[in-house]
Amino acid sequence: MNFIMSNDKTKTTNMKNSDSERSQISGAEALLKCLIEEGVDTIFGYPGGAIMPVYDKLLDYSDRLRHILTRHEQGAAHAAQAYAMVTGRPGVCFATSGPGATNLVTGIANAFLDSVPVVFITAQVTSGLIGTDAFQETDILGISMPVTKWNAQVKKAADIPDTIARAFYIARSGRPGPVLVDISKDAQFENLSYSYRKCTYIRSYNPVIPLHIRDIESAAVMINHADKPLILAGHGVILSGAADELKALAEKGGIPVAATLLGLPAFPQRHRLFVGMLGMHGNYAPNVLTNQADLIIAIGMRFDDRVTGNLKKYAPEARIIHIEIDKAEINKNVRVDLEINNDAREVLTTLLPLLREKSREKWIREFRILDRVEYEKVIRPETEPGQDEIRMGEVVKTVSDITEGDAVIVTDVGQHQMAVARYYRFSEKSTLVTSGGMGTMGFGLPASLGAASGNPGKPVIAFIGDGGFQMTLQELGTIMQYQIPVKIILLNNSFLGMVRQWQEMFFNGRYASTEMVNPDFVALAGAYGIQARSVTRREELSQAVGTMLAAEGPFLVEVAIGREANILPMVEPGASVSEVTLTYR
Amino acid sequence: MKQEYTISLFTEDHIGILSRITLILTRRQINIESITASESAVQGVQMLTMVVTTTPDMVNKVATQIEKLVDVIKVFVHTSPEIICQEIALYKVTSRGLMSGSMIGDLVQKHHARILEVTPEYIVVEKSGNRAEITDLLAVLEPCGVLQFVRSGRIAVTRQVKELNAYLKEMEEAERGGPEKLEVYN
Ligand SMILES: Cc1ncc(C[n+]2csc(CCOP(=O)(O)OP(=O)(O)O)c2C)c(N)n1
Ligand SMILES: [Mg+2]
Repeated sequence: MNFIMSNDKTKTTNMKNSDSERSQISGAEALLKCLIEEGVDTIFGYPGGAIMPVYDKLLDYSDRLRHILTRHEQGAAHAAQAYAMVTGRPGVCFATSGPGATNLVTGIANAFLDSVPVVFITAQVTSGLIGTDAFQETDILGISMPVTKWNAQVKKAADIPDTIARAFYIARSGRPGPVLVDISKDAQFENLSYSYRKCTYIRSYNPVIPLHIRDIESAAVMINHADKPLILAGHGVILSGAADELKALAEKGGIPVAATLLGLPAFPQRHRLFVGMLGMHGNYAPNVLTNQADLIIAIGMRFDDRVTGNLKKYAPEARIIHIEIDKAEINKNVRVDLEINNDAREVLTTLLPLLREKSREKWIREFRILDRVEYEKVIRPETEPGQDEIRMGEVVKTVSDITEGDAVIVTDVGQHQMAVARYYRFSEKSTLVTSGGMGTMGFGLPASLGAASGNPGKPVIAFIGDGGFQMTLQELGTIMQYQIPVKIILLNNSFLGMVRQWQEMFFNGRYASTEMVNPDFVALAGAYGIQARSVTRREELSQAVGTMLAAEGPFLVEVAIGREANILPMVEPGASVSEVTLTYR
Repeated sequence: MKQEYTISLFTEDHIGILSRITLILTRRQINIESITASESAVQGVQMLTMVVTTTPDMVNKVATQIEKLVDVIKVFVHTSPEIICQEIALYKVTSRGLMSGSMIGDLVQKHHARILEVTPEYIVVEKSGNRAEITDLLAVLEPCGVLQFVRSGRIAVTRQVKELNAYLKEMEEAERGGPEKLEVYN
């Protein structure tokens, strides 16, 4: 996935298309033509009064634009985001005015926090009515302002092409993010003389930052002199397409690599230099050794509080190099010693030849010693529990072993999400679609159908909790209608497990509103014509997963999980990353 | 340590940009003590001048977050010694109060104020100056009976004038490669 690269492609097609035919067409039709020029072939959305002119025209373009009707606008938003994460091209999402637009907000915010390019198109009431509290009028521009990279309203058909061109350029360049264009109904009906020019430049916005070689040389000196360097790889590595460069860098310098949740597929986990996930439920070694490292090289990550734990006790021994495309993220949470405000791939490519070859075996051994401790205390009991109830970790491991990393892994939010992050072995071939910054329950099911719509050429497997599943389960209807081949693993503990864990650990075991009486999920899937089976015994597990993966269409496997299992290790709230809790009870 | 900062910034004159800027400040609980918006020396470019009181660390954080906004061209942060700034104020005072004694003469000579309008009931006095000077004059006029008092937000230029001009030049040069035409007036 590489949004920058798709941007380069932009420039070349621009030459070809800059003198597109001029003809009188409606604003609605112009919108669809603009999308086609931007390489869009799939739209997720939901119709309504104000956007009807656009939907009417969609029928005429159904050979080039596939519209997937979700069952809720939130679902459309998550699906469009997942589509973007799988294809590397901006997702597109349509919604009508008023409630249609407000239903998108969670999805927009989710894409914003995880830096995913999605172009949201909302319809607005006729321009003369805007501001009058007309039927289904809502100020979506104002509402979406804090959660979009940019937004704009269009009230004249003639402004549609330029605004859409800007929207795509802004969404995918620099640090990617969602944008929203609100188009009044009369602008959709009005005619314009159509021509399209891709946007490649905005005066007030310059996503391409000149490279300061000096800083990169300083970074090389710092790395070459460090005894205990540690790389922290984030989503930015994937967004900038820098995974190969990261690997080359780590190998040349013999530097261990830890990853954030969204950065997990940035580095192959079977690699000897991979030392695990950072943060609250991350691995023992990288958390503890963050506080012994003498140099931290943070690449495309933003020192989220879930990663750093208590900031006052974070990385006290380390100097910090921060390679990050968004200047506002540098020195925001953690004071750094060297900032390199640029695209990760550019920086790593320039840095690589300046690096001295080293092995740093002694430092890497320290990670392995702690790994052993974590394996004995946490990983083995979780993945090979023996006679006990089924645990999430062993389910994830089973799927991981069968797929060998060659899959698109989707998750919802909660304990199961952390189990996937901890026990799925991601590789160069994996894509992870999960809600990181927002932690949006209900993300998983719609995201899985969005991911599968991107034709990734590998299975799309969604791990979803019983709680989150019921937040957006209406999307089973979408999966049924379009026969989208998603494989759903419902990890059912009959609890809002993650909240229950906190209640157990920090609220004296008082389970306030976290236990759920659940429906028959297999019957529910059956009602949607989706094949399903339930697993209650360990012996059935791998066979059920095999059946699921071999099935042609969508398939749901519900696994009955021990009700009160905890995700460990844990950096408890307020604790330092080196004060990890390994066992509880 | 908290201190007073003047944030001056240039933006495209797009609808909504002011909301986006204030959202960044309100999220961090920073009060805008004064704000002035006007067209800058460059056509189509708005200039905003805001006064805030906060820590050096925080002012830098919000300034980079503001500069990151797509429609913001450039942000400058200055402490008070680095700028020359003025506010303007209008005082509407009862004529009876002001006419007694030598007040009127003092106004012009000591306070460098101007008389804008004289009627039998009231006199309107105008003064530009820094915040303290304007507040001082208000105290002086208070005994005469102040009917109305308004002051503007702050406008400011930096002491290193070069900085701004150089940036506008850069913009202009960058512009040569770009599609939109930019006219620099001074
Ligand atoms: C929309 C939303 N509401 C509430 C939460 C808070 N929350 C985080 S995890 C969680 C429990 C999730 O339960 P479930 O989906 O069953 O997953 P489990 O933790 O049991 O694996 C809740 C309520 C959230 N993240 N998102
Ligand atoms: Mg659950």
